[in-house]
Amino acid sequence: MQLLLSGLANGCIYGLLALGFVLIYKASEQLNFAQGDMMMFGAFLTITFVNNEWFGWPFLPGLLAAMVIMGTITYMMDKYLFRHIFGQPQFAMVILTIALGFVIRFVAGVIWGHEPTAINTPLAGKQVEFGGLVLGADDLSVIIVTFFLTIVLYLFFSRTKLGLAMQACSQNQLAAYYMGIPVKRVFSFVWALAGVLAAIAGVLFASKGTIDPASGLLGIKAFAAAVIGGFGSLPGALLGGLIVGIVEPFAARYLAPGFSQIAPYGIMIIVLIFAPNGLFAQMQNKKV
Amino acid sequence: MANSPILKVRNIETFYGAVMAIRGVSLDVEEGKIVTILGANGAGKTTLLKTISGVMDPEKGKIEFLGEEIQGMEPDKIVRRGIVHVPEGREIFPFLNVEENLMMGAYTRSDKKNFGADMDMVHSYFPILKERRSQQAGYLSGGQQQMLAIGRGLMSKPKLMLMDEPSLGLSPILVQEIFSIIRRLNKEQGMTMLLVEQNANVALKTADYGYVLEIGRIVMDDSSEKLLASEDVQEFYLGLQEEGQREQKRWKRRKTWR
Ligand SMILES: Nc1ncnc2c1ncn2[C@@H]1O[C@H](COP(=O)(O)OP(=O)(O)OP(=O)(O)O)[C@@H](O)[C@H]1O
Ligand SMILES: [Mg+2]
Repeated sequence: MQLLLSGLANGCIYGLLALGFVLIYKASEQLNFAQGDMMMFGAFLTITFVNNEWFGWPFLPGLLAAMVIMGTITYMMDKYLFRHIFGQPQFAMVILTIALGFVIRFVAGVIWGHEPTAINTPLAGKQVEFGGLVLGADDLSVIIVTFFLTIVLYLFFSRTKLGLAMQACSQNQLAAYYMGIPVKRVFSFVWALAGVLAAIAGVLFASKGTIDPASGLLGIKAFAAAVIGGFGSLPGALLGGLIVGIVEPFAARYLAPGFSQIAPYGIMIIVLIFAPNGLFAQMQNKKV
Repeated sequence: MANSPILKVRNIETFYGAVMAIRGVSLDVEEGKIVTILGANGAGKTTLLKTISGVMDPEKGKIEFLGEEIQGMEPDKIVRRGIVHVPEGREIFPFLNVEENLMMGAYTRSDKKNFGADMDMVHSYFPILKERRSQQAGYLSGGQQQMLAIGRGLMSKPKLMLMDEPSLGLSPILVQEIFSIIRRLNKEQGMTMLLVEQNANVALKTADYGYVLEIGRIVMDDSSEKLLASEDVQEFYLGLQEEGQREQKRWKRRKTWR
């Protein structure tokens, strides 16, 4: 149970990251390999605002500030960088985002050092007794936050003009132009959203332990999660994340050492062989 | 032409890479009128509309709408000025429902209070869209999708609608239905339209004025009645001549505008 819960919590984080990948991919068919590093950067921004050795703000305003900054940075990145290589072969974008990941890691290392750092959250280290089980408050809060975030995102995509426009642009870009939707600006907002989600994922990740500049490499696992879920589906991305998250700790317990590290990729390969479009590709026909 | 036209296109040239698709086209559209562009496949009709709506930029030439030059502007700016392009092949948003598609048509508008009234107006022309409002648009029939595409265009409150082959792929009855709605929109809403068609017969019966486009050039223009009566249009676009006669004539007759 404890295993399941912590796996679920990890899965939520992978899922949120995978969501970022898929959002960007669905909108503009760009692959963003810097998603994990964006997550790490967002976490360090929050640490800067809330930890006592830095600004020592209360937690929520600090998180909010980090989200706004991350969203602004990724918006600008799209506007001034990615937009200009739009239409180039896809590998140009892949190389660019991989390089960008290195840059982000380097910058984070220079500013915050390479030591694992913990984040001051209101819940850190607390435990919850629940039906005789002792559960980490951090795991629970990750799951709860992700749950609410999913609802908020659902409402955003189905109820707001910008959310609908994001869907419209990804479903039929040309028609979106015809309708006067400023497609390029909408793409930049998609990047901003991915940045905000990355910051939240980063804080959730850091709240479960520590974070250091190399933590961004986790993004590759989230990428596997996105593939498992079927790259075109938002719910699929979340579920793919959960699958990866749950399988990992069980693989660690019941399989030979080291297997848990490759388990996500093993699943990804199996899924690619048997369901090349991902497990949840059909969902695309129903709702995004 | 008595009125001064709301749309003036002058010597537009548009390219796909090195291929010149529009080779110096000029045309006028007067307010409240329906103007049609006829032409065979590949004549450049769609390209011309895309150039007007800003989805493509012309290499040369001028497009004036309500007295302002709009060539080369971003499409969203052009929609805001009052030109909406109802694209060929419908191009709806397949995974959004009907109502959401209509909302996207109104994306450029900020006057929330008229939104409901416009939705009602669209529903009054296309009752099926009201009935199916929460159905996913991709599951509508071809004719219903065409109605949705027109309705979605109306939601932007355009002053000029560019319609690209609204009859494409529809049964003769549906073609009649769509065109009667187009006529009503023109009469009742005073909607100005630039209508591209392969179905010359129905287009000329609907429009006030027509242009004939061939390989990127306007080769003829006149009032609809005159075009309908013209032998060239009859032969090459209306297919009125008998088959055998046509075979023969192909050798003897060249189109007179060449
Ligand atoms: N994306 C493109 N890239 C290159 N050439 C194109 C492209 N789209 C159209 N063309 C060419 O431009 C010319 C005009 O095409 P356009 O689509 O405007 O024709 P059309 O009159 O709308 O034809 P149809 O009646 O079949 O819709 C054609 O020769 C076509 O091959
Ligand atoms: Mg065409």
